[in-house]
Amino acid sequence: MHKILHKKMLIERTWNMRVEAPLIARKCQAGQFLILRIEEQGERVPLTIADWNREEGTIDIYFQEIGASTERLATLNAGDSILDVVGPLGNPSHVEKLDGTFVMVGGGFGIAAGYPVARAFKEAGNKVIAVLGAKTKGLLICEDMLKAVCDEVLVATNDGSYGKQGLVSDILDDLLDRGQDIRMVFPVGPPIMMKVISEMTRPLKIKTVVSLNPVMVDGTGMCGSCRVTVGGKTRFVCSEGIDFDGHEVDWDEMMSRQKMYSRQEKEALDYYHEHGACHGGDR
Amino acid sequence: MSDAGKKLTISERCAIPRHAMPAQDPSARVRNCNEVALGWDAETAREEARRCLMCKKPQCVINCPAEIDIPGFIEKVADGEFLEAARILRASSALPAVCGRVCPQETQCELTCVMGKKFKPVAIGRLERFASDYALFEQELPLPEIAAPTGKRVAVVGAGPAGITVAGDLIKLGHDVTLLEALHQPGGVLVYGIPEFRLPKDIVRRELDVIQQLGVKLVTNFVVGRTATVDELLEEYDAVFLGNGAGAPSFLNVPGENLNGVYSASEYLTRCNLMKAYLFPEYATPVAHGKRVAVLGGGNVAMDAVRMALRLGADEAMILYRRSRIEMPARLEEIEHAEEEGVKFSFLVNPVRFIGNELGWIKGIECLRMELGEPDASGRRRPIPVKGSEFIVDVDMAVVAIGQSANPIVASTATGVETNARGYFIADDDGRTTKPGVFAGGDIVTGAATVILAIGAGKKAARAMHEYLMGNAAQSKN
Repeated sequence: MHKILHKKMLIERTWNMRVEAPLIARKCQAGQFLILRIEEQGERVPLTIADWNREEGTIDIYFQEIGASTERLATLNAGDSILDVVGPLGNPSHVEKLDGTFVMVGGGFGIAAGYPVARAFKEAGNKVIAVLGAKTKGLLICEDMLKAVCDEVLVATNDGSYGKQGLVSDILDDLLDRGQDIRMVFPVGPPIMMKVISEMTRPLKIKTVVSLNPVMVDGTGMCGSCRVTVGGKTRFVCSEGIDFDGHEVDWDEMMSRQKMYSRQEKEALDYYHEHGACHGGDR
Repeated sequence: MSDAGKKLTISERCAIPRHAMPAQDPSARVRNCNEVALGWDAETAREEARRCLMCKKPQCVINCPAEIDIPGFIEKVADGEFLEAARILRASSALPAVCGRVCPQETQCELTCVMGKKFKPVAIGRLERFASDYALFEQELPLPEIAAPTGKRVAVVGAGPAGITVAGDLIKLGHDVTLLEALHQPGGVLVYGIPEFRLPKDIVRRELDVIQQLGVKLVTNFVVGRTATVDELLEEYDAVFLGNGAGAPSFLNVPGENLNGVYSASEYLTRCNLMKAYLFPEYATPVAHGKRVAVLGGGNVAMDAVRMALRLGADEAMILYRRSRIEMPARLEEIEHAEEEGVKFSFLVNPVRFIGNELGWIKGIECLRMELGEPDASGRRRPIPVKGSEFIVDVDMAVVAIGQSANPIVASTATGVETNARGYFIADDDGRTTKPGVFAGGDIVTGAATVILAIGAGKKAARAMHEYLMGNAAQSKN
């Protein structure tokens, strides 16, 4: 059992939780994830390890209520416990000193997953720019956290309520126009955004590493649920990634596979709403 | 009554026919996930036990990797001393109730049973199941004596058949044993792979309870290679056993394999068994319910997957196998049960391409017909494609059950523990790897095999580990 020490709403339906997980906190590095299972009837949910405190033995996760499991997770509070937390999983992001700027491009909820990698690149002595995108000002998350670890934080909102009106790709264009010496781009967010950014950087031959978030079960390379085609070869995201060369990923296949359970996800959500806290729990 | 078994002459024993295993009716069982084989009552078990010839040099034992005193336990069953029979089983094996259900007895103990030369072999597996179930459900078996503590600490990586065996044997020898499991539930293939209808998870849980009562410490959600490396374990433990399983599904590497609706058997069965997707949405993990399902392969895993697909509502579930019926590696009973349930078998068929619809879902498999040529390295006749024989099988789901390869997570973080070209740990017959203090056994040494072979490897490794630990103890005192 893993005790929840702290829970905070960032924006509606998007949460930060601090969880007791000393074995994970001891080892985890930027780019790794964990899998949690809330209760006996729960599914295994992969989430980025966004932050950690090795001394206190705690890890921070961010999640958005998008289905039955994440809605259920959001009903837990500080003092409650999560049945299973396993990790750190996946390979750490390859962090190095570049001879130029590192740009983390975060879209929507993906910003939280980009935070530890941006911080690691800053700690490695790089100039780090964060480009953050949200539909509207009220939906932007983690801006202050990123300001604390980046040289520059630029924001785009679709409605122009904050920062530049437009998309993160527009800001990346601006950076390229102003002659920023970009050596690496790290897009994290909806696959369509990661695809668009990868297509932008491809002709410019800018190294683009993407952090993928496919459907997983065990997260240790045992089942192959998370397979994607990268450079024409089938790769397992959980054991061989989660970072891959964005120019090599078969995005259409990846996006199609992410939708494999759309119908059941809706069914699970309806069941959850109908049965309240169901899942054998007493909440 | 107590010596009923002894009174029988050989010809009287031979006159008793082998007893069948009662099973759920096929038409009923394809709609539930309950165990198919229903087990024997005491009278049937005793009557079957009376068939045993009590050979002075029992040939069955020679072919039992778990080294069970087979005539010994059968004699006790015949005498009605079921708890004593269970004690004999448990003295050699930590998983008798499991083995009684999933061992391929026809290629192990029952293959060499002397009775089987003229008549049908004694139903050793069914007797094993009966006696060990008796101790799990009817009358508790007192725990065996444990040797005085040796002060040696052992980490066992992977709570599957090999690891459970090593843990069970070493705890009895007085070592301090910690069993590390990557998943949230111990049991390895017994819980994620083999379905409830063939091996109820309650059985696995009860067998694991026994070794925990003996003092084995179980840690779940611990991924060796990620949560800690083998090198780090060696700082804390005197010896390490690697029984992490093959652990990576093999695919055919043909076009279209990443379409939605194409599963590895490992994923399909893990969703259904470990995550209980057959109880969705009460259990939150989903799985596809194909109406026309093809399972590619001819082993036990393929049988498990195709029978699970039927239980999840498939109108048609078929096995596509590239060799012929006699080369199928599955247990006889599983093939028979699958046939009774209406599984269709297509032999000498090789998939070359998965075909998708406009939504990215599988709608068919293009196959080639095969013919058998000369024997290959496995001794089986090699299937050769027949030119121009392409045809399409319409399906809306496919499961690839063609075996597993080595998962690199453990090996890549264990310095000095060498692997072969295929990524499996190099180990001698007693499980010694190339690094002192590190032992390995089961699928991560041999490649995907059977539960009983993993148990056998675990028994040998436990013996070698004990020798290593005690040898070190003697040295450290000097």
